[in-house]
Amino acid sequence: MSIKLGVPSKGRLMDKTFDWFRARGVVLGRAGSDREYAGKVEGIEGVELVLLSAGEIPRELTEGRIHLGVTGTDLVREKLGHWEQRVEEMAELGFGNADLIIAVPQAWVDVDCLDDLDAVAAAFRREHGFRLRIATKYHRLVREFLKENGVADYQLVDSQGATEGTVKNETAEAVADITTTGETLRANHLKILSDGLMLKSQATLFRSRAAAMADEERATLAALVARLGLD
Amino acid sequence: MGNRTPEKAQVKACAAALREGFEAAGAVPVEAPVLLSASALLDLYGEDIRARAYTTSDILRGEQMLRPDFTVPVVQMHMAQGAEPARYTYAGEVFRRQEEDEARANEYMQVGFEIFDGTDPAAADAEVFARVQQAVAPLNLKATTGDIGILMAAVEGLETSEARKAALWRHIWRPARFRALLERYAGRHPVPVARKVLLAADDPFRNAGPEIGMRSREEVAARINALRVDAATPPIPNSDVMLIEAILKVRETLPFALEQLRDIAVDMPAILQAVERLARRMEAMAAHGIDVEALEFEAAFGRTHMEYYDGFVFGFVVEGRPDLPPVATGGRYDALTRVLGRAEGRPEGIPAVGGVIRPGMVVELGGWS
Repeated sequence: MSIKLGVPSKGRLMDKTFDWFRARGVVLGRAGSDREYAGKVEGIEGVELVLLSAGEIPRELTEGRIHLGVTGTDLVREKLGHWEQRVEEMAELGFGNADLIIAVPQAWVDVDCLDDLDAVAAAFRREHGFRLRIATKYHRLVREFLKENGVADYQLVDSQGATEGTVKNETAEAVADITTTGETLRANHLKILSDGLMLKSQATLFRSRAAAMADEERATLAALVARLGLD
Repeated sequence: MGNRTPEKAQVKACAAALREGFEAAGAVPVEAPVLLSASALLDLYGEDIRARAYTTSDILRGEQMLRPDFTVPVVQMHMAQGAEPARYTYAGEVFRRQEEDEARANEYMQVGFEIFDGTDPAAADAEVFARVQQAVAPLNLKATTGDIGILMAAVEGLETSEARKAALWRHIWRPARFRALLERYAGRHPVPVARKVLLAADDPFRNAGPEIGMRSREEVAARINALRVDAATPPIPNSDVMLIEAILKVRETLPFALEQLRDIAVDMPAILQAVERLARRMEAMAAHGIDVEALEFEAAFGRTHMEYYDGFVFGFVVEGRPDLPPVATGGRYDALTRVLGRAEGRPEGIPAVGGVIRPGMVVELGGWS
């Protein structure tokens, strides 16, 4: 049996992951054409590459169907309860950097911090008869963050993409999303709250604490760890 | 939990016996649906409820929640059709999502007893407490009582703007936020720079950019006005903040707690009525044969996890086992009946008090055979 390594199946995240491994003497690649999701591994024996959507990698790790996986810290923390007990962070890969933040319209000149957001949420509910909507796909992280900071009278509305556009479209009053440069936020007339940084995320190599390993796989993992310079 | 999971049949038999005990006290047995409208619970508790209740949905009715407790459906039922005075009992499963501790049950039985009666609230408080205490008596539990109403009265009595009182009131159940607000209103912290800049600006909207979203420029302007008024409001006197802190620190056996609160009321007459309510409750409890001399009272009890209670609160726990949830809890929830009464055309509500017992824990702790 081999060690299964889960890597995002497309885009910059895949390319950068391949680069990171190549720089350490492990060559990852697709088996056949660009459209095929089977992978191949050169430079080490006994490691199998599994190409997956980045969003599915946390679940595959926690189920033990893959031994190692590359995905964002944001996704692991959002999707796994007690994530430290389910996976181990082996290496931060230094790319895919993104901040999970809360942003509101620039036009809200009276709002600078979470304190203001909370006060505005109370007034908004009185005025409009419903709770202020925050669009996000990070429901658990945002809810926990707002609870810790004592923000009330809001509701989370699900947004799986183009979240920055929800305010203009009047399907939300604020957004909680990941950003790298803040460029998209500014283009959509949004500003980040001064204390609205929830999490700094980056692409990270995780090890599953649930995946079964016999002696052979343990040896392979040790060899891989040594090759990657993580020991 | 370290203990074996008790047999379901035993738990059900225990629940039935507890319910019969409440029926003997004149309570009418009632049922409640397992699936509740999510919007009613979300309106009441906000988004936080999603961390504690299971949400499910279909495309016709939308979001539903597996009942996290009976109080809300029982109050809804009563406000819709109940004659007064009324007393109810129920026994059934509740469902609690667990995100922190896998060892905690996510499905368990609750048996409850609720009194809707405004004639003598102190007597109703004492009766609910006495009946619950009697039901769990074999377990030798530690009882703690409290009264959120005293803190509420203190806030109500502050000499400051209505806006500040409303903001404090809104965060009564969030101690950290409450404290931060109180300290800010007392002027203990400097005004944040961003706020100073905003209030000093000739045209606060100079760099506002286009108006987007549903919160209008008028709403923003109205808040800036409110902030200006607030900036001109004199700070809450330090002595008042210290009195509130003194209230929150009261932690004594009931007679001593009452004495301390009466001392505080000398400097803060606004809490006098609430303190006298506590005194009347103590008398009513003594009349029920409760040993009030030994009963614990904590003014801050139940402030973080019993959010719909707004007066008397109580809990029964296994001493020395903070890992176990309380075996029984309860309290007064007059405000909840006003909120849920609105939908039924009865915004005046009705004074109500109740308590719940977990028969599963009674069995587990050997209080049933």
